[in-house]
Amino acid sequence: MKTSPLTAEAIESAMTAYLTERTKTEVKPDDDIFASGLVSSMFAMELVVHLESTYDIAIIGPELKIDNFRTAKVMAALVLRLSEDGVASDA
Amino acid sequence: MSEKPPLVKCLVWDLDNTLWQGTLLEDSEVRLSEEVRAVIVELDSRGILQSVASKNDHDLAWKRLEELGVAEYFLVPQIGWGRKSDSVIAIAKELQFALSTIAFVDDTPAERAEVTYHAPEVRCYTHEDVLSLVDRPEFSPAVVTADARRRREMYQANALRTVAKDSFNGPDEEFLRSLDLVMAIKRADEDDLSRVEELTLRTSQMNATGVHYPDQVLRGLLADPGHEVLTVTLTDKFGPHGAVGVLLLERHPDVWHLKLLATSCRVVTYGAGTVLLNWLVDQAAQAGVHLAADFRPTDRNRMMEIAYRFAGFTQDPCDCLSGIKSFIDGGDIQCLHLVTARREGPATMRLVSPDLTVAASI
Repeated sequence: MKTSPLTAEAIESAMTAYLTERTKTEVKPDDDIFASGLVSSMFAMELVVHLESTYDIAIIGPELKIDNFRTAKVMAALVLRLSEDGVASDA
Repeated sequence: MSEKPPLVKCLVWDLDNTLWQGTLLEDSEVRLSEEVRAVIVELDSRGILQSVASKNDHDLAWKRLEELGVAEYFLVPQIGWGRKSDSVIAIAKELQFALSTIAFVDDTPAERAEVTYHAPEVRCYTHEDVLSLVDRPEFSPAVVTADARRRREMYQANALRTVAKDSFNGPDEEFLRSLDLVMAIKRADEDDLSRVEELTLRTSQMNATGVHYPDQVLRGLLADPGHEVLTVTLTDKFGPHGAVGVLLLERHPDVWHLKLLATSCRVVTYGAGTVLLNWLVDQAAQAGVHLAADFRPTDRNRMMEIAYRFAGFTQDPCDCLSGIKSFIDGGDIQCLHLVTARREGPATMRLVSPDLTVAASI
């Protein structure tokens, strides 16, 4: 077990920082990165791999839908749902 | 029976007393024989790339290659005073080739031995072998496609693209727009299929089904009204990328069945797979049909799975799927399905495409 459990807040802020750096554009937790045309389909792959390696999760099958990756906020929810160490807000 | 040796993708030349006769820094003149020039031109026309690893003064040697009219044939030349093995390894790295696909020709036994010691996979040849290289099987591809003949130009254009990308600061999509990309989708004929042979020959990471469709099978379906065989080419302001994709589609009354979708890994960064999928979804929506796609996960085609899933494909059941008999036997094929709706065209490139809602006239 990790000493500090993952929280939605921590993941959200890590992901907004990552997206901001990667897209060279200020990204807020609720910004839809696919609707705004900020990211290419190439980046979608990077994003999936980044989430998997950073949070030690496997995102497979139905979980790969685009709606799980639109904003930093929904990505945080996805990570919590798939991560054993996560403390889901509705737990 | 011995197996055919793997093809050489790049031949690395020594200069002094190998490519040309004489030693540049000692002799008053070095000469390039017409026979050697013919070898260079012939290998180039077969799509085999060539480079240089020479211990020489860089500026002098390159100037001489230009005077001899052959400089343009050599990509990422390594001319300096370092070890030849380092030069050969650097060339392989720049071109993203495995060392086992690199050949090295040098008249000095010690240089060949040094390369063999540090890079044993590299095949070495002597100056005496030069004129017979074109007769060897490892320098004789079975098929020379139109794209293979232009391979050197495409690599040179690629180098310009890399420089442009490295110096660009901004969102990826803006960079892509700055390239003036044009994707042309075309109902294939025999010639078009030859151009995508390299894609259909290998099961590349961008082959979404993970299943190989032999060339004859695709050719046999060209005139079949129930099937569409489509090829894809991509061009940008730096030049052609060549043929970069192939699709095989079977028409059913309620659903189009995508049996093969392979795109070259060279164009992954341009989102070619997603642009194609979106176009197909839009065409199917206009025809009032659903889309189904064969997908077999392999350790190399995850990118394609993500492209499918992000385009909205799921494994949910649908009545339209009952009429589909998959070409492929075996239980590891997923049938991905999508209820189609109109999609906007790509923001990053111009699309030239046929109207699939109207069957091709034969």
